[in-house]
Amino acid sequence: MTSPYADPAETDDLGLAVDPDAPVLEVEDLRVEFATDDGPVTAVDGLSFRLHPNETLGIVGESGSGKSVTSMAILGLLPSTARVSGSIRYRGQELVGLKERQLRPLRGNKIAMVFQDALASLNPVHRVGAQIAEAISVHRSDLTGADLDARVVELLDVVGIPDPAARARQYPHEYSGGMRQRAMIAMAIANEPDVLIADEPTTALDVTIQAQVLEVMERIRDRTESSVMIITHDLGVVAGVADRVMVMYAGRTCEVADVESTFYEPAHPYTQGLLGSLPRLDSRSSDRLARIVGNPPSLLALPPGCAFHPRCPHAEVPGRCSDERPELRDLPGGHRVACHRSEEIEWRPQEAEAEGAAVHDVEEVE
Amino acid sequence: MTAVAAGSGTGAADLPAPPEAPPRSQWQLFRRRFLHHKLAVFGLIVIVILYVLVFGASFWVPNDPLEQDVLLGTQPPSGEHWFGTDQLGRDYFARVIYAGQISLKIGLAVAIISTVVGALAGAIAGFFGGLVDQILMRVTDLFLIVPAIAILAIALKKFGGTDIVIILVLAGLGWMSIARVVRGQVLSVKEKEFVEAARAIGASNGRIIFRHILPNCIGPIVVNATLAIAIAIVTESTLSFLGFGVQKPDTSWGNMLYDAKGNVRFDEHLLYFPGLFILITVLCVNFVGDGLRDAFDPQSRR
Repeated sequence: MTSPYADPAETDDLGLAVDPDAPVLEVEDLRVEFATDDGPVTAVDGLSFRLHPNETLGIVGESGSGKSVTSMAILGLLPSTARVSGSIRYRGQELVGLKERQLRPLRGNKIAMVFQDALASLNPVHRVGAQIAEAISVHRSDLTGADLDARVVELLDVVGIPDPAARARQYPHEYSGGMRQRAMIAMAIANEPDVLIADEPTTALDVTIQAQVLEVMERIRDRTESSVMIITHDLGVVAGVADRVMVMYAGRTCEVADVESTFYEPAHPYTQGLLGSLPRLDSRSSDRLARIVGNPPSLLALPPGCAFHPRCPHAEVPGRCSDERPELRDLPGGHRVACHRSEEIEWRPQEAEAEGAAVHDVEEVE
Repeated sequence: MTAVAAGSGTGAADLPAPPEAPPRSQWQLFRRRFLHHKLAVFGLIVIVILYVLVFGASFWVPNDPLEQDVLLGTQPPSGEHWFGTDQLGRDYFARVIYAGQISLKIGLAVAIISTVVGALAGAIAGFFGGLVDQILMRVTDLFLIVPAIAILAIALKKFGGTDIVIILVLAGLGWMSIARVVRGQVLSVKEKEFVEAARAIGASNGRIIFRHILPNCIGPIVVNATLAIAIAIVTESTLSFLGFGVQKPDTSWGNMLYDAKGNVRFDEHLLYFPGLFILITVLCVNFVGDGLRDAFDPQSRR
């Protein structure tokens, strides 16, 4: 099959050898603070993770947990009120502290982003084809005229837009929601980026379209051999596409594990709570869903100790949970968790209990 | 496991897209709304005819505007001289039409220059904000508060009353309102998500301003440019009437009013015809501006 996507680069643009197994993206101790009228708010607090080649990392968390701020920090798109410290390395190159001018060649070229709201993210006054062409010509001047047009049509075809040649000449408002999101993906992959960051790519779509878009993203990843960071609050999306999952709460990581362990052996009470709150096909309609009591804390006034302890059903209060902030530590099998008590907490896989009549009720009583 | 499977639907992407209503481009919608505005269409037709007649004058106006017949003197309108003649016996119709060349040229040129300058200043101020914004807006304020007539009079005395000088001075005093309007628009457009998306594909500031932000401000810009034509024509007439504008032998409509004012008691027609042309032009330009505003902004339905 003749693919327009070249083999993963053995050397970088400067001709230096690149270790194919080295992480594409390394985030270390990332802190993002915003100056507000009520004082500084720490949106991301000491976040560290790695993105490996050809891997899909799912980042899960509630609103305000710092997921989107992290992705914006990687691209250097945060407003000037944000103070970023720590380290973000793309193939060994430090990105924190780079100037706009130095970041621009990376954006959309090596690291690309798919935004949540595709209608708002496409410029209403330009044709979709022209916008995709722009994403290409910003970074390369050798592709022009008919070649550029052909590449645009090809990209639209890759993301599954029917009749791509005619669709390229249309405006965003003439596209349906799913097609717009696919056009955004076409724009993001136009330069075959190493890292594709998708910030809630399916949140604005209905479920059937969600599945189509996710399928396209998966196909693209396999074809371009890029690494994908998918940011979402939808565990279903993560289960479908991610290799590894990072769960965030109040700007910190609470759990990192591969997708199977996350769903079958969640070690953090927050992850367990999220999983318990998913509706299940085999539960009785009269069963009530388990829930995590309370609300996410205000970032202005984080609780002492573990930020989750006021909502945690297993917290030792008073005790280490309310006094001492749990650091991320290793569990067997590459599983990492930031919880003092994860060994003591028992998570019963729901499948084993499926025939139990009122599992969820019982859980709630506990 | 069921919950896990919920998001991982497969193979649905190859389904044909559902049928849609025939798409209508933004341009078609815009044109439809504009054509709906009867006065604007009328105004546009009159303006176009006026420009064609005035600038094609040498092809169809029967009399020479400079040919004098001093013995004939001032005559009221007649079959031979449609608008009569002036004090030197020159055909007044030919004079009005040829004077239109100067007035309409100044109007258009001033509108174009002040729009370009104003849009640039407004876009830069709005986009970069901060100190750049402060400086540009204070300069704008400065230009707004200077007494325009005095500046014009001095500039024209110093550099001479050629149409280039008049155009530059009028444009220099007319770009501020457009700058303010564009700045306001840019402030709102730059917060749109597609601007962030443009940043995320690596677009430079210049590209973002010219390709992504300004095209989204085209409505107010075009409306203001149209109205700037009318303002420039009126201002030029005022200046010429005061004797600061176009200098002889060039003649503009305002200039003709100046010449006619001495005879107003006996030869009113010398005042009416240039005045009528100024009135028609400005009125029609304003109609077009109104129509454009409604057409660009679907929410401004009366």
